[in-house]
Amino acid sequence: MTSFLARRVSVCLVTLWAASVVVFAAMTALPGDPALVMLGTEASPETLAALRRELGLDRPVVERYAAWVGGLLTGDLGVSHAYDVAVGALIADRLAVTVPLAVLAMGLAVAVAVPLGVLAADRRGRFADYGVLGFAQLGVAVPGFWIGILLILVFAVELGWFPAGGFPGWQDQAAAALSALVLPALALALPEAAILARVTRAALLETLAEDFVRTARAKGLGRRAVLVRHVLRNALVPMVTIGGLQFAFLIAGAIIIESVFTLPGLGRLVVQAIGQRDLVVVQSVVVLLAALVIAVNLLVDLAAAAIDPRPRLADR
Amino acid sequence: MRRLLQIARYPNLVVGGVLTGGLLAVALLSLAWTPQDPALQDIAGRFAPPGGAHWLGTDLYGRDTLSLMMAAATTSVTVGLIAVGIGAGLGVPLGLVAATWRGRWADDAIGRLVDLVFAFPALLSAVLITALVGPGAATAIVAIGLFNVAVFARVTRGAVRAVAVRDFVRAAQALGRRRLDIALTHLLPNAAGAILVQATVQFAVAILAEAGLSYLGFGVQPPTPSWGKMLFDAQTLMFLAPMQAVYPGVAIALAVLGLNLLGDGLRDLLDPRLVPMRAA
Repeated sequence: MTSFLARRVSVCLVTLWAASVVVFAAMTALPGDPALVMLGTEASPETLAALRRELGLDRPVVERYAAWVGGLLTGDLGVSHAYDVAVGALIADRLAVTVPLAVLAMGLAVAVAVPLGVLAADRRGRFADYGVLGFAQLGVAVPGFWIGILLILVFAVELGWFPAGGFPGWQDQAAAALSALVLPALALALPEAAILARVTRAALLETLAEDFVRTARAKGLGRRAVLVRHVLRNALVPMVTIGGLQFAFLIAGAIIIESVFTLPGLGRLVVQAIGQRDLVVVQSVVVLLAALVIAVNLLVDLAAAAIDPRPRLADR
Repeated sequence: MRRLLQIARYPNLVVGGVLTGGLLAVALLSLAWTPQDPALQDIAGRFAPPGGAHWLGTDLYGRDTLSLMMAAATTSVTVGLIAVGIGAGLGVPLGLVAATWRGRWADDAIGRLVDLVFAFPALLSAVLITALVGPGAATAIVAIGLFNVAVFARVTRGAVRAVAVRDFVRAAQALGRRRLDIALTHLLPNAAGAILVQATVQFAVAILAEAGLSYLGFGVQPPTPSWGKMLFDAQTLMFLAPMQAVYPGVAIALAVLGLNLLGDGLRDLLDPRLVPMRAA
């Protein structure tokens, strides 16, 4: 396990380094003067010169890259020119919306998908199975942001059960804040639930065909007991793998969903930062989200290896 | 006739084919004809209800919604086709090289490149590219296409590796055929089915991504119609004309559903081993 862990971590570190180079190179390759791009043509020469100094544009590229990576590692990401606050503090503030949203969405997706997948596998070829497969096909086809708009239309505009958008903050109104995340989390969760339900069904059906399942049944264990106690546990690897990979899409999906519901999260921050030409923020958020995707993929690999050591051992 | 009867045994293929055929037909038709000029604004007639001259009503600028929807289908199909073309055009050769020279430096390098691209989901790439060069159709196409390159490289590598262990490939190796020769004449044709299925899936993903990017304002820019942009416009005024927020979403869902079903159907047709599993 140690060598597997070392190999996977080193691959992830290389990918992370490459991602940082790509993001830095992209921002460095920006056509024209970045200071002019950020401040606009009406900025005075003194202001432009000050920003150039602040961005380190008067220093060699390698030195700037080293300083930027050093800043990333120590949490010093520079200052947002649009908000005039430290980018690190800005991101931490926005993470307080995006992380609960992503966790709530993933929790909802798993809570819906696993029972549906078990039901479909248990009733294979029957009405319930076709119902779940139909839900999975539709769930994957319908764009999450459109579901968000429909949810606003029905549950906010027509019924008034949830707010149509905005976020009151966690400090004083935790219940209202949670309520503001319900519809966005549902919109994010539905496509994920559709994919996970389909994967769960397929993984369970594959495991059901294994010899040990026949043995458990032959020993007198009931169908449900076999399914829940033996089959579900053995079908965990593909479910965890796909669930983890989907988390990356969930993070990307949050960029749109936060815009639909005007939530002050990381996704909306980066969208606004582009409009405001706040490149320091764009650079930091993009590299942070890429790092998050890489870290989740690593965790998924490690979890899969811990659940089922066979592929890891076969790799030797 | 026998071939048609065979195809009719695959409902996913039939339904997916009909929906995808419909999408392509509407996109092509809109190049030659739409009920009205999609760009024609009539502020006095905005938010007209469905019926009469406007079958699906009008939007906030008084433009005919059905005509906009038809023209937007062309945008989706164009972006999807080019993004899949970029993905397959670059990703398939990369995957083929990685699988043919498995375990060598080229395989490792391509593997790391794919890992790197996967760290940037299409939306994230689009954010970066938009920050660089501004929004536009090209931004959407490049962002989605780049992600597709990684997907096609991984799928092709997997599919080719599965073919590479088969007896006829070993026989060709034993006969002294060159690696590249075997890759092009045996491996690639036998992996083409899996690549074709993936192409339909990526086409669907591209339509979803393009709609999302246009909704955010990173994709195609006005006056070019886009389903995502239509949804954005409709959301801001959904108290006045809620159905305007419904039609583009239905169009996206039907297009993506059709392509996904077509992919499933093609997989069933091209890989008969899966059919008994599905039917049992």
